[in-house]
Amino acid sequence: MKATRISALALMTAAGLATTASAQELTIAIVNNGHMINMQTVAEAYTAETGVTLNWVSLEEGVLREQVTSDTATGGGQYDVINIGMQEAPIWGAAGWIEPMDFGADYDVDDILPAMRAGLSHEGTLYAAPFYGESSMVMYRKDLTDAAGVTINDNDSWARVMQAAAAIHDPDNGVYGACLRGKPGWGDNMAFVTTVVNSFGGAWFDADGRPQLDSAMWNQAVNFYVDLLGSYGPPGSEGNSFNEILALYNEGKCGLWIDATIAASFLEVDGVAYAQSPNAGVSAGANWLWAWAMAVPTGSPNSEAAHDFIEWATSKAYVQAVGNHPDFGWGSVPTGQRASTYAIPEFQAVAGFAAAEMAAIDSAAPAASDIKPYVGVQFAAIPEFPEVGSAVAQEIAAALSGAKTVEEALADAQAAADAIMQEAGYY
Amino acid sequence: MAIVAQHSKFSKIAMPVLAWVVALIFFFPIFYMLLTSFKTDADAVKPEFLFSFTPTLENYTNMTDNYDYWRFASNSVITSVSATIFALVVGVPCAYAMAFDPSRGTKDILMWMLSTKMLPAAAVLYPMIFLTKSIGLFDTHFLVIMVLSLINLPIVIWMLFTYFKDIPKDIIEAGKMDGLNTWGEIKEILIPLAWGGIASTALLTFIFCWNEAYWTVRLTTIDAATLSKLIEGNRAPEGLFFGRLSAVSTAAVGPIVVLGWFCQKQLVQGLTFGAVK
Repeated sequence: MKATRISALALMTAAGLATTASAQELTIAIVNNGHMINMQTVAEAYTAETGVTLNWVSLEEGVLREQVTSDTATGGGQYDVINIGMQEAPIWGAAGWIEPMDFGADYDVDDILPAMRAGLSHEGTLYAAPFYGESSMVMYRKDLTDAAGVTINDNDSWARVMQAAAAIHDPDNGVYGACLRGKPGWGDNMAFVTTVVNSFGGAWFDADGRPQLDSAMWNQAVNFYVDLLGSYGPPGSEGNSFNEILALYNEGKCGLWIDATIAASFLEVDGVAYAQSPNAGVSAGANWLWAWAMAVPTGSPNSEAAHDFIEWATSKAYVQAVGNHPDFGWGSVPTGQRASTYAIPEFQAVAGFAAAEMAAIDSAAPAASDIKPYVGVQFAAIPEFPEVGSAVAQEIAAALSGAKTVEEALADAQAAADAIMQEAGYY
Repeated sequence: MAIVAQHSKFSKIAMPVLAWVVALIFFFPIFYMLLTSFKTDADAVKPEFLFSFTPTLENYTNMTDNYDYWRFASNSVITSVSATIFALVVGVPCAYAMAFDPSRGTKDILMWMLSTKMLPAAAVLYPMIFLTKSIGLFDTHFLVIMVLSLINLPIVIWMLFTYFKDIPKDIIEAGKMDGLNTWGEIKEILIPLAWGGIASTALLTFIFCWNEAYWTVRLTTIDAATLSKLIEGNRAPEGLFFGRLSAVSTAAVGPIVVLGWFCQKQLVQGLTFGAVK
């Protein structure tokens, strides 16, 4: 009788353990964009195979940053997997807020594009796996440039871009020469402006962290930006960012647009051609680099399962799963993360922008250099950057709208950035 | 005389026309959102498909299949209804005491309560997050109900106080003479007399709770996330997902628009309380 009872207890315990194992849940915080939304459907196969239930928390970029930062910094444990960007990954890795990534041999970590690995690492350790990545490039209407008798080439000079914009600018017929980000924000207007500054040989900070906004390079770059957008941009450009310009472009109102490579997959006008970002003599840093990556917060109670999920979601097999999925197909696969994706014939057949995108990502230079003594292209991977970038963004938007001269705006921006960096104890 | 006649003739035609124009201007964003919710994301941004397009239910099926709409909706119902009830349970006795048995400090207390609405919510966001996480209340219905109740309590008390002030004190005192205790006065006299005011207060509070987004987005993850969080999660910085966003927004505001339509008399009464005295 006693033996029977013990056996029954053992069976119940085993059943209980099995239930616990199969009932594992992961809470995943994701940024709302097409690739991430598709993942929720594709991941149904992952749940079916592993038994791991996935709870998705989809958030707008700003709210995601706010929630994930407060949760991770305090070890809150609300999320098992988080979407973070290239600005956060090295900082959070250094702070010990996220766990280092460690993959099996099958994962082929060397297939991840080198620029992405560099941007998501701290002191050589990868802290987040890229889910999709992007750079920036010129997307122009070849029918308009042909009609105007101008050409746009890879890595043109800014002067030639200005000429092309002037030639195709036809506001009476609703076509504006150049559409560029003008909305204030460190990830909005400053993403583009920073690449222009980089291409003029400028940088945000010197090696001591002192802001360089009063340098001649910033002056030249911002004057050029204000001239180009003020003369040949759509009215109200200081309110335009990615989505606003995407809408204008698809309405046929933009001659050329320099922005994230992912835009190419949303363009629905005919005759779009691509070129590598222009520069003013310095090509390093003339096109930006960004990735939405997946990381495991140090406080996650399901760390092992979280790592397993990331290994699946950022693998070559995931790309195949999206490409072969009846609801999506090869035009919807996440790009900018793995070299092997660009070698898939089915993907090449549907993505006319693939070669230009990969070239742009490959040429991006996120590592610190003599000119730019910090990690990051269109941002500096330091905790103070969002605050500095936001303050400067307001000043640049004021210069664009005509509320201030470029010189006044840069002087005020320098003062604001200087105060923030001094308070942070850099010097 | 002729001028008066002309004036009234003009008013008879022009005023209703003007009212319709204003009403249509106000209604257009909701109509546009409803229309867009039946378009694909690609069609939603093309001007040529503004009114002429092939309608699709894709956005709605996507919302229920991939976004678990019903979980968010049930959380909104649970938290809004509970918060409204709690705010009334606290607010009615409080307003009763202030209206019928005021002390020297009543006016100051009322002003102080109103002043709490002036505190920017962002100022206490991080303390709230840290505190609620440390005591295990983060992302719970209880927390959302408490927060929604407390942020609306000043408005509830002020509205009820204003309604109660219109009830002659003699009627309440007559009840006392008839041997009613305080609870009896509230139950037998006050609530039946002020039922209209209490109903419009409840309706407005429910609408405020349903629409609240700042706290419900930031103090929840999964378990207590409301429809505000569902809408927030569909905003995208890169990509024009207007069809999908419109479907989610329509499904989120739909119940409250229908409720408002049926209860518009009470709502107008509530919104204009104290305006004509």
